[in-house]
Amino acid sequence: MARQVYQAVVDGILVGGVYALMAVGLTLIFGVLDIINIAQGVLVILGAYLSYVLSVRLHIDLFVGLAITVPAMFVIGVVLQWAFIRRLRGRERTAMTLLVTYAAALIIEGSLYEAFGPDYKQLSAPYVTSSVHVLGFYLPYIYLYGFALAVVIIAGIYALLYRTRFGRSVRATTQDETAARLIGIDTSRVATLTFGIGVAVTAVGGMMFGATNSFNPNSGYDLISRLLAIIILGGLGSIGGALAASVFMLTLESVVDIWSPQWAIAVFYAALVVVLVVRPTGFFGRAPARAQ
Amino acid sequence: MMGTVTRQRIAAALALAVLAGAAVTFPLVFSSPATTNYGVYALIFVTAVSAWNVFSGFSGYISLGQAVFFGSGAYAVGIAARDWHVSGVAVFGLLPLGAAVGAAIAVPFGLVALRVRRHTFIVITIAVFFIFQLMAYNLSSFTGGSVGVSAPFLPWTATTFNERFYYIALACAVVMIVIAAGVRRSRFGLQLRAIRDDEDRARGLGVHAMRVKLAAFALSAAVTGLVGGVWFLYLTQVQPPSGFDPLFDLSVVLMAFFGGVGTISGPVLGALIIEPAQLYLTATYTNGYISEIMLGALFLAVVLFMPRGIIPTAGEWITRLRTRGRPAVPAAAAAAAPQSAGKAAAGDTA
Repeated sequence: MARQVYQAVVDGILVGGVYALMAVGLTLIFGVLDIINIAQGVLVILGAYLSYVLSVRLHIDLFVGLAITVPAMFVIGVVLQWAFIRRLRGRERTAMTLLVTYAAALIIEGSLYEAFGPDYKQLSAPYVTSSVHVLGFYLPYIYLYGFALAVVIIAGIYALLYRTRFGRSVRATTQDETAARLIGIDTSRVATLTFGIGVAVTAVGGMMFGATNSFNPNSGYDLISRLLAIIILGGLGSIGGALAASVFMLTLESVVDIWSPQWAIAVFYAALVVVLVVRPTGFFGRAPARAQ
Repeated sequence: MMGTVTRQRIAAALALAVLAGAAVTFPLVFSSPATTNYGVYALIFVTAVSAWNVFSGFSGYISLGQAVFFGSGAYAVGIAARDWHVSGVAVFGLLPLGAAVGAAIAVPFGLVALRVRRHTFIVITIAVFFIFQLMAYNLSSFTGGSVGVSAPFLPWTATTFNERFYYIALACAVVMIVIAAGVRRSRFGLQLRAIRDDEDRARGLGVHAMRVKLAAFALSAAVTGLVGGVWFLYLTQVQPPSGFDPLFDLSVVLMAFFGGVGTISGPVLGALIIEPAQLYLTATYTNGYISEIMLGALFLAVVLFMPRGIIPTAGEWITRLRTRGRPAVPAAAAAAAPQSAGKAAAGDTA
């Protein structure tokens, strides 16, 4: 029993790293643009399909293929922000951005159905099915590689945010958009690039998700609701919070899964509700100065 | 000035009378079950969207979890009919149970979710929605699992079946619209809109924000639960993905925004346009994906070209048409007055 729990904790941490990557993109977008990108889930699935096409049709290795899918997803993100989200202003912006990103999700989902049909797919590679035996734990290679890649990318995003001029502009915009604009930051450029980066990470998340789960165009809904729960639990806009919440939630789910696979995901959402009753701003959230 | 108002009142009353006449005679003119089917679904959505609007549209708390109440109402009626062996027309007596279950769920749900605002509130409603869908799947001894629950048999032919359900749904829709209009005019409705505009200030002025929000949430949930029961009896079955459908949540919000959030006629118009269009697209393109893409494209078009919905935008167009060609009013105060008066009138008739 104890053995199983330890294994579940290790699994939870490894999978949590990958979820953290997708959640960081979502929370970054929220922090800068003050919107929730409902399309994030289906964008992850789109990333998975891109990897699928590259590996099945062109026989490009999953990790090598990221060199193509990451820039592609970045461009998709920039276009979404530039064409639609940028235009929304005013009191109903919260709801409107939600609807716009949801509409984008519907269009992407429908197009994926048209292109690939409803059958479940899974990405395959030699390292997807084999695993290494360390200290009595079975660790599939794909989880190890994915976790390592997630750590590297999140570290990269941290470095970008805290060590570069662009990062300073992003953080300034997150803190106070008006003030940032007043001191000469091009906030709309910051918003567009942030949206691009937030969506670009879904290429990596999608590849990992597609290698470790079977997916179809409809899989985005389950994913987005988990990601939303994670970023709310971590505190909206907080990258550290997204990391902590991903690992916490996925570990919890993975441990509960030993006893009751059916209820594991309910525990996931119940944890969200319980935490928010005690602490409405999440683990690391700042209380808003004056919520509207 | 008085003359215009009276004339507007009369015009509105006439329009309402024509609409009511059209609604009542619709199944008599188009008696084919395929056509009345559109009417039943449209009216179910008129009720559900108006119910959503009374809470979310007035208070500004966007709920993406209305399917919790819709599905629970459907399941409540279905399970009660199954376990208490209710058969025949008596099942309609169970509809108030759907409403009661909806309200009973809304109170604890609201006590947790209404503590947070904006995005966090939206996400909590989504999370609660998924918990309910999962419960419908997993509590299989109670809900029938993925097989779901079936309604008792009603000994009517296809034509009478649809026609009777049409009038039941019409009754629900009319009652809901009257409730919405009543709430909008009342002190309660004013408190809700004060919360939407600035909750902290509303509290400062003595609005018991939590009590008001919770009451509106429970009211909205009760009606949604009731109409969920009607939907279940009409469809004669419910499964977890159809009762607790994420597309339902989003369609309701889309319809409200399409027509105009916070108005009375906006949600009605949105539901009457979008639901039949959606049914038609699904029936025409049987693979369903095309209709999904078109729905998404419609969404984007609405948001980009009519960001405040049909009713407020159309109101502005009418005001602009009426004032066109008139000489400019000299005083600044007078220049501002007709426009705000026009807006207020558009808001009132809406």
